[in-house]
Amino acid sequence: MSDAKNPVSPQPSRFAYQARRHLPERIIQWLLFLAALTAVAVTIAIVVILVYESLGFFRHVSLWEFLTDTQWTPLFSDKHFGILPLVAGTLLTSAVALAVAVPLGTVTAIYLSEFASHGVREVVKPFLEMLSGVPTVVFGYFALLFVTPLLQKLIPELPGFNVLSAGLVMGIMIIPYVASVSEDAMRAVPMHIREGSYAMGATRFQTAIRVVTPAAASGIVAAYILGISRAVGETMVVAIAAGTQPNLTWNPLEGAATISAYIVQVSLGDLPHGTLEYQTIFAAGLVLMLMTLLFNVIGHLMRKRFREAY
Amino acid sequence: MSDLSGTPDQVGAIRAMIARHKRWDMIFSMIGLVAMLVGVITLLALFLDLVLDGYGRLTYDFFTSFPSRHAAEAGILSAWVGTTLVMLVTAFAGVPLGVAAAIYLEEYAPRNWMTDLIEINVTNLAGVPSIVYGLLALGLFVYQLNLGQSILAAGLTLALLILPVVIVATREAIRAVPGAIREAAYAVGATKWQTVAHHVLPYSTAGILTGVIIGMARAIGETAPIITIGALTFIAFLPPSPVTATPPFVSFEWLMAPFTVLPIQMFSWVSRPQAAFLENAAATGVVIIVMTLAMNAVAIWLRYRFRKRIKW
Repeated sequence: MSDAKNPVSPQPSRFAYQARRHLPERIIQWLLFLAALTAVAVTIAIVVILVYESLGFFRHVSLWEFLTDTQWTPLFSDKHFGILPLVAGTLLTSAVALAVAVPLGTVTAIYLSEFASHGVREVVKPFLEMLSGVPTVVFGYFALLFVTPLLQKLIPELPGFNVLSAGLVMGIMIIPYVASVSEDAMRAVPMHIREGSYAMGATRFQTAIRVVTPAAASGIVAAYILGISRAVGETMVVAIAAGTQPNLTWNPLEGAATISAYIVQVSLGDLPHGTLEYQTIFAAGLVLMLMTLLFNVIGHLMRKRFREAY
Repeated sequence: MSDLSGTPDQVGAIRAMIARHKRWDMIFSMIGLVAMLVGVITLLALFLDLVLDGYGRLTYDFFTSFPSRHAAEAGILSAWVGTTLVMLVTAFAGVPLGVAAAIYLEEYAPRNWMTDLIEINVTNLAGVPSIVYGLLALGLFVYQLNLGQSILAAGLTLALLILPVVIVATREAIRAVPGAIREAAYAVGATKWQTVAHHVLPYSTAGILTGVIIGMARAIGETAPIITIGALTFIAFLPPSPVTATPPFVSFEWLMAPFTVLPIQMFSWVSRPQAAFLENAAATGVVIIVMTLAMNAVAIWLRYRFRKRIKW
């Protein structure tokens, strides 16, 4: 501050002042950089931990057996380590969820973006946000004790744990994700394209289906793929409502464990660190991680494409 | 219009076509309304179902009792205390880290491959299933760093989980501050950090807060990662008190204590066959859902209010 009083202060003190000002700046910048770097560190840590523990697993079980055996019974005395039943269970619950979320999510997005008045949108969007804020364990309770009994009235032979009810509830759970990403894509379609369509005498429905939706197609597909990735990684709904019995089936009326449900099931027991059973959950987690990573990468590529379209 | 061209026949055909298209328009807007209401109705059904199943258990004793083998005496004392303490750790670890990372990415980051790498990782982390964070925590916090199955390990796990949410929300809030504000600060000789700390951050507080609240609401309901690190489902004691009678009056022993949280308590009751425990589960569900919905509502209200008030 001394050089403020004396504008023509000698050189050294000005340098000192600048240094005093700049050193903390540099330190702060470094601290902020380190904070940002944690994102990279976390990713690396996830990959290292999953791969390291999985390597221990693959020393005992061949990759071939892991990928081709049709039974997953690591906790029984007759051990089999085929990931297929868990992958099938995961894909089956996700398929049911998507069968719900894709049509409902898309129609909701079209309605919100092209039909709804400003007032309706302001009321409904917070509700949808709240729906996506409901904890998954609560959705699990709802699936097991509300939806399953309801479905059992329609399909009397439905078992208490089944993929159908878990998938349906999961589908409703991911409607908000599908709807909001699709709606963003539709909103990104420039107004003059819509106006062109209206000028030709098209109705809102025609404009929405034949003009806006095709223009936003890659964004909408990205929404579906992000929805899949969320469904694949979802844990509590399936762990509670679809059961924990690995089951290689494509019938949603049966119960089937997913990868995540298996991890939860094993974690609930007391597993000694370093055993083969302990390592199975990391191998399963690695498969889960690779599956969601694949979907996420495709989804983001699609999303990027639609962003660059205009 | 119609008298300009065409025979009455053609006019009739065109009228019929317009009517048909308008009918489709009507039909679709009905379908859209119904599709939209499915989500809203499910939310209401879910809430009503929980309240109807669980309201009988929502007494004062339920909040002040430990879990028990007798459903009627069981309560959620250890669970809500556990949730509170875990959230405390999450907030203290996750929020400063997330906000600092966002400030770096928005205000400091040069355009180079390092920044790209960080950004890709943030987007990617947002899509990693929560249970994978649980596996990371099990391998890293519980065994490598030897934190054990403690409140600290759980809090740090959830802090990593909400990191992308906090970063994305903070970046959006910072980006909404006009460049003119920064230029004005630089023009009067402020350094970069002074500009950020005195101007950019105060103006974006509401947006950051919204993101933090939504992230915390998500963390409260997270079950899978905490089960994975091995939280116990039956805890009939409280962690050591953070405040002690002897100097230095604060104790951090609670950080290393075993714990349970509300969603895990609910899960453990759902998995029991007796109907009485299901009532307890429903009551716990009501508590969780009221907490998360209240937090979400506050966030939505904050955003709405500040969007209205701030006019640049």
